[in-house]
Amino acid sequence: MPPVRLDVTREGDGLVPLQRTDYWYDLDATLPELQSIARDARKWIVRSIYEAGSGHPGGSLSIVEILTSLYFRVMRHDPDNPLWEERDRFVLSKGHGAPGLYTILALSGYFDREELLTLRKLGSRLQGHPSMNKTPGVDMSTGSLGQGLSIAIGMALGARLDRKDYRVYCIIGDGESQEGQIWEASMAASHYKLDNLCAILDRNQLQIDGPTEKIMSLEPTFSKFKAFGWHVIEVNGHDFKELLRAFHEAETYKGKPTLIIANTIKGKGVSFMEGSLKFHGKAPSKEELDLALRELGGEA
Amino acid sequence: MEWVLKNMRPGFGEALVELGKRYHQVVALNADLSGSTTTSMFDNAFPERFLNVGVAEQNMMGISAGLASTGKIVFASTFAMFATGRAYDQIRQSIAYPKLNVKIVATHAGITVGGDGASHQMHEDLALMRVLPHMTVIAPADYWEAKKAVLKVAETPGPCYIRLGRTDTPLIYDENYDFQIGRANRLRDGNDVTIIAVGLMVAKSLEAAEVLERIGISARVVNMSTIKPVDKNMIVEAARETGAIVTAEEHNMIVGMGSAVAEVLADYEPVPQRRVGIPDVFGESGESEELMEAYGLTVENIVENVKMAVSMKR
Repeated sequence: MPPVRLDVTREGDGLVPLQRTDYWYDLDATLPELQSIARDARKWIVRSIYEAGSGHPGGSLSIVEILTSLYFRVMRHDPDNPLWEERDRFVLSKGHGAPGLYTILALSGYFDREELLTLRKLGSRLQGHPSMNKTPGVDMSTGSLGQGLSIAIGMALGARLDRKDYRVYCIIGDGESQEGQIWEASMAASHYKLDNLCAILDRNQLQIDGPTEKIMSLEPTFSKFKAFGWHVIEVNGHDFKELLRAFHEAETYKGKPTLIIANTIKGKGVSFMEGSLKFHGKAPSKEELDLALRELGGEA
Repeated sequence: MEWVLKNMRPGFGEALVELGKRYHQVVALNADLSGSTTTSMFDNAFPERFLNVGVAEQNMMGISAGLASTGKIVFASTFAMFATGRAYDQIRQSIAYPKLNVKIVATHAGITVGGDGASHQMHEDLALMRVLPHMTVIAPADYWEAKKAVLKVAETPGPCYIRLGRTDTPLIYDENYDFQIGRANRLRDGNDVTIIAVGLMVAKSLEAAEVLERIGISARVVNMSTIKPVDKNMIVEAARETGAIVTAEEHNMIVGMGSAVAEVLADYEPVPQRRVGIPDVFGESGESEELMEAYGLTVENIVENVKMAVSMKR
């Protein structure tokens, strides 16, 4: 088969030759499978947050396609061996998206999906924010915003020191990017030319108190990260094709870390949660849960 | 007493180079203070395992955590003020909570920083680090203890904070000293009172004990270099055998080593205790010795507090 060549770069970086990889190959045929996983994930996310009585549905639902792409196509990992040394690492810097991460881990096979319903309960392995020593598959404890990108840099440097070829992925939030440490880390990642690091900005436009551009504007994000020395790609964060194409480009891009600006919708997939400030950090009621599950095609 | 003075910071730098030779997993990070912290020695020996992250302490702690998660033995170093003050949340969230193998070795702690003044004089670091679960906290008394402690903590997984000063300090130990984490070191026997000290107050306490001997008070002196986990047995034994305790530290009197001792006494063996330390105020510029004088970190103040503690005995 001829190698696939795609022009997916932005801002005149030129044509990047892409090697065919497993996840890129035959994408059209595997798309329904990914979409089905994402739909199941959304059901479990709203159910687990409903059972917990608290949590962050908006920012968990916005990252479902990103996480599904990573854990079901892009990342090299082994649910039977969560601490496999050669695995790709993942850091959920916006730790409040934990229900999204837990759900994808469960669907990947790290633990039983029924365990998702213990979220935030006393004694549960599923803490309100990720805890690496409690949950199989969680590579780093996060929760206090702004810290994950620095940690991802440390992991990427660790790979380089050990001459290992694992890659490091890190999802940061847009509200989170108001933290100064994100920019300290951004400076360092390009200084160290960490092309084994790929960050994804969940650009859902909302933070607890309102729209990011009203509270403390981030735009222009693309040129900011570009100026900090990153290779930047902007995609629709709910479109698997665009996401996978971007992840592939990140893998092949040398000499710089890649930032994927994933334009997403907070609360994506549940009509009354989409773009809703109310569901940044609030569990659905029973009626809202039933409505959400109906929209998502019934209980998972 | 005639002391031989030696700076404790090179003890850290030399131990780090030694560890670099011994273990390929050892990496060192610094935030634009590699000369002052002596980590430049490691940079010279192992440049590929040294990272200078620039003036970005929060980022340094995060990168340290990430490196530790991949199996590295990480030493992160800067001034005590910036390590524990500026990057407290990073230490808490990214190092202590996930129990990662990061050794924070901070220099220039305490008022003896001198001329730089209050902004750089860290009197709260032992308190801040002591209240973090999973954290081991060590404040060596001299060059040899600094060196031995750094070598020892590298072999003990988990987060750790080591506090070093700026100035030359009296040599208490020699190369045969056997430092053990969590084990206090009795330097002088005595029956009437025990002076428990850390850092450069250990030498002052030994001097105070000599003065006290001349006025008929027999003072035991203990170096409590591991503040956490604190050596409960040593404290309880001292309380039972001498009946009064005086603590001495170059740290805010609140929540430092003296408080750690008081907690043990309260729980197991309540006896009179007096604390020598920096009052709950910010420091100021001055020469180290002048500042120690001005803020009560003196032999005379230890002696006075010992007299008070002894008089409080039943």
